Amino acid sequence: MSIDLKTVKHISKLSRISIDDQKAKKLEKDLNSIFKWIEQLNQLNTDNVDPLTSIAETTLRFRKDQIVSKNIREDVLKNSPKDNKDYFVVPKVVE
Amino acid sequence: MANLIDLTLSDLVNKVKSKEISSKEITSTYIDRSKQSKKLNAYVEETFDRALKSSEKFDTKPDFKKKLPGIPLAVKDLFCTKNVKTTASSKILENFIPSYESTVTENLWNEGAILIGKLNCDEFAMGSSNETSHFGNVISPIDDNLVPGGSSGGSASALAAKLTPATIGTDTGGSIRQPASFTGIVGLKPTYGSCSRYGIVAFASSLDQAGPMTRDVKDCALMLEVMSSFDPKDSTSINFKRPNYSSNLNINIKGKKIGIPKEYRVDGMTSEIEKLWEKGKNYLKDCGAEIIDISLPHTNYALPAYYIVAPAEASSNLARYDGVKYGFRADGENLIDMYEKTRSQGFGDEVKRRIMIGTYVLSSGYYDAYYLKAQKVRKLIKNDFDNAFNKVDAILTPSTPSSAFKIGDKKDDPVSMYLNDIFTVPVNLAGLPGISIPAGLDKNNYPLGLQIIGKPFDEQGILDIAYSMEEKINFKLKTNDWWIK
Repeated sequence: MSIDLKTVKHISKLSRISIDDQKAKKLEKDLNSIFKWIEQLNQLNTDNVDPLTSIAETTLRFRKDQIVSKNIREDVLKNSPKDNKDYFVVPKVVE
Repeated sequence: MANLIDLTLSDLVNKVKSKEISSKEITSTYIDRSKQSKKLNAYVEETFDRALKSSEKFDTKPDFKKKLPGIPLAVKDLFCTKNVKTTASSKILENFIPSYESTVTENLWNEGAILIGKLNCDEFAMGSSNETSHFGNVISPIDDNLVPGGSSGGSASALAAKLTPATIGTDTGGSIRQPASFTGIVGLKPTYGSCSRYGIVAFASSLDQAGPMTRDVKDCALMLEVMSSFDPKDSTSINFKRPNYSSNLNINIKGKKIGIPKEYRVDGMTSEIEKLWEKGKNYLKDCGAEIIDISLPHTNYALPAYYIVAPAEASSNLARYDGVKYGFRADGENLIDMYEKTRSQGFGDEVKRRIMIGTYVLSSGYYDAYYLKAQKVRKLIKNDFDNAFNKVDAILTPSTPSSAFKIGDKKDDPVSMYLNDIFTVPVNLAGLPGISIPAGLDKNNYPLGLQIIGKPFDEQGILDIAYSMEEKINFKLKTNDWWIK
């Protein structure tokens, strides 16, 4: 199976990464060579194999429902790319 | 006294404790050498002034009970360090200053170590040559224009060039062991769950592990002892009794059974590597170990399975870089346009490629064919190791199929770059501990490494084997400081 230019552009949309036509063509080539190599997995019959979803065979721990970080608003907002002391700022999303 | 810069970490610790050297002497010596070594491009952030002040503070009120008393350390820039810029060598994080500390680095500072700087790496640890860093490729001290390996290439280069007495890296598919092998140093990837992932910039969460990179095996045991801890802040951290790896170190490995997997004799492996592997077997026999031929039948499928699992997890982890809460933002006409431009301009080509692979394999209609398939193959690979460990205590393989290559050599061929990690990736997929030790030189005098793979949580076992082999191999890393003006 091969990945065409239209698919590359669709994946770029899903990934929220804009790409120009030149980059898309390069990616079409790269992705096809990578997926051609990946397809060797189809030589293996895995019908009766359980997927490995976690290497550590433990169940997740519950933690106490406690507040451990208090008054960290300043810390949380400190690295925000658009300055505002109270909120994260994004381009307008409602009319 | 030998030149301070030539002392191992363990020697430095002893000399600080016996008051032969002060923390400030060590710190200023390493800072001076780091300043002279800019050509290697190993550092992305220097904290020299802060480090000097910390060392003075240590010397005024020294605590000799600490395991790393007043020892300066530079660390990979994938570990979040409180109030010190942490970039993962990406443009998208180029101004990111964490307000918290990763657990692993916190463990280092709690034992008396002092941060002297952050080290270059492949962008988001995605790469095997350090060429994907936004801050330019790192140069190996072994030779000009030579890659140090990756992704912990800045760490490997800084350590081999003696810009830090020891360091730490992260390993998702070989990112500690491959650069260790390329630069003639020791690198260990612990069992998944041994070192906390809290505060490490995430790449592929089911594979990522932090580990030590050091000049010898004893230093490696000491660093691991400090780094490894149970951490409630990492949901996959495992609560087991961690031994005192350094004081338990045992050179006697008589009677240990070591497996040699026939599937690791891959196409394209150089004859030098093959000879090295043979030599490794003989060293082990000399140490009284028993060599046993084993089979890991699904080895060939590890890399393609990895290149589904790792990008899938990465595409999900890297969704957080949206230009809103932190990091770089590009202006856009609307919210979606802002996201798309931010991520297009903020990520480098390899990172974008992997996000797109991951997005594709997780997308509707392809999930079963790719991601589920890869998880099943991952199970088969783990079963291979489980079966092998019924017969042997550890496994010996080469660390890499070839020695280090020149900058630019593999840049345009992603698959050939990925093949570098053919011997290291299966270990991550199975969550096992693995250590690379320097074992010889190729015809160009470039270092070659051997890898010892252990049972889960048997770091002590592989350290012991590495320790006894190290004595027989007697590898001496030679660099003539050519990069210092």
